Amino acid sequence: MSKRKRLLIIGDIVGILAAFFIFIVPFVFMLLNSLKERREANLLRLNLPEVFAWENYGEVFRHSNYLLLTAFKNSMLITAGSVIVLIITCSMAGYVLQRRRQKITSIINSLIMIGLMIPPAILPTIFIMQDLHIYKTIFGMIMVEVALQTPFTVMLYRGFMNSVPIELEEAGYIDGCTRARLYGSIVFPLLKPVTATVIILNAVNVFNDFMNPLYFLPGAKNATVQLTLYNFMGQFQSSYNLLFADVIVITVPMLVLFIIFNKKIVEGMSAGAVKG
Amino acid sequence: MNKNKIYSMWFLIPSIVIFSIFFLIPLVSSLFYSLTVWDFKNFTFVGLDNFKQYFSQKSLYGSIKNTLIYAFLTSGSKVVLAFIIAVLLTSKIKTKDFLRSIVFFPNLVSSLAVGVTFAALMHPTKGLFNLVLEGIGLGRIDWLGNPNLALYSVILTDVWKGVGIATVIYIAGIQCIDKGYYEAADIDGANGWQRLKCITIPLVRPAMNSIIILSLIGGLRSFDLIWSMTGGGPGFATDVMASVVYKQYAAGYYGLSTAGNVIMLVLIAAIAYPLQRYLLSKEEQ
Repeated sequence: MSKRKRLLIIGDIVGILAAFFIFIVPFVFMLLNSLKERREANLLRLNLPEVFAWENYGEVFRHSNYLLLTAFKNSMLITAGSVIVLIITCSMAGYVLQRRRQKITSIINSLIMIGLMIPPAILPTIFIMQDLHIYKTIFGMIMVEVALQTPFTVMLYRGFMNSVPIELEEAGYIDGCTRARLYGSIVFPLLKPVTATVIILNAVNVFNDFMNPLYFLPGAKNATVQLTLYNFMGQFQSSYNLLFADVIVITVPMLVLFIIFNKKIVEGMSAGAVKG
Repeated sequence: MNKNKIYSMWFLIPSIVIFSIFFLIPLVSSLFYSLTVWDFKNFTFVGLDNFKQYFSQKSLYGSIKNTLIYAFLTSGSKVVLAFIIAVLLTSKIKTKDFLRSIVFFPNLVSSLAVGVTFAALMHPTKGLFNLVLEGIGLGRIDWLGNPNLALYSVILTDVWKGVGIATVIYIAGIQCIDKGYYEAADIDGANGWQRLKCITIPLVRPAMNSIIILSLIGGLRSFDLIWSMTGGGPGFATDVMASVVYKQYAAGYYGLSTAGNVIMLVLIAAIAYPLQRYLLSKEEQ
């Protein structure tokens, strides 16, 4: 027994050490270098700053006329907009797709599930968006994000509907409840646990997305936070302090989210994957 | 009563409309536009010329090989490494909750931020990685500048970022295993390795299959991390299919870019679909 205990303590120590060097050091590296003066940061060392240059953060925000603030606003709008639209459309779709067992619903389901595997065809999407006059707009970006996250979100809702008892709906229908109210006031509230998962997963995915804004939202005026970092990479090649300050600024929202919803995020991500 | 009447087909309309306009229709029309030279206004039909060009230029078709190496190596490493970490983190060690959070967090950091940081850590002269290598008596490595090595450096970074999600999927799988099996094994006097080989590995199969499929598809589609670390370079050494699509688009070759996109989605479907079928059929046995 004592041998086993000793083994576990060794496991703890080895685990902490490995986690520290492999996973924590890169973050410490970002943070320390974001607080150094330019010349010192460019040495890319892992030491405490000689003087703490907190003004790096102010400078990153002030850069090109407060572009980063605009970018934060845009990213928040896109993230919130996509998540809200996804919750509404996909919960309804998942509900009906799970309850109606017909040929037509199973065909629709298979069509949507194609998107889990196959990547989007990008240029034809741009072409259609130009036709609709929504290319390079926040609205257009939201629609693209919604379309790309729809398969996964529908899958989560459809899977969860399996565990929602059908009797309530039948009783409500017989009592003369309309189909919209039946869904809105009986079914949707029951979906709360999976809705929480949907919010967190999609918020992380959309906020961190770089490729789609690069294609569908080019131009400085509509930049998202990821695009500002990409632009800074070109401009700040010799000012690592500002580059890392930007990295920290766009990572902090995720860190806050993680600290608050730690359990929920981890459970949601693993449950979502296993059901797929 | 016809039960289907409770569930209005109208509920499907919003999802179907958005998904069709922004995914399905572009997908189908890409098959046509890949056969043309176009500029979003006019197009000229050129038959298979774009595909011929794609497969005749090394800088273009080379990306297929890089994509395959990238996807299979990242996926394989995550499947193995995450399993080892998950076994450690489901043992009785005290710090397991803390360690789980640490391993998982890089998943939530954007690929771009990770790319910037690791490109700095892998800096050829000043980077921390090389300082460590020199410190223990090994020479410097040009992580991202050596064409034979750059792809593997990005793969290493991808595994660092993505191993956490695979780990938590494994942990969920391991925790689903009935404790009775382990108790029976203890009574029979099985050692740790035997418990792992005969109980944990076979019963964690469904979780492992999810990880294989998810990480493989993710790897085949990957763009963000590669683009932020190397931009496809040096030369074309780390160009993957998604970065070729972007490069040709940025250069104004829309037809060629669309052809690259079509090749990419056909290849992904051709790999992922049969693999998923195969893994599921093995799971059911």
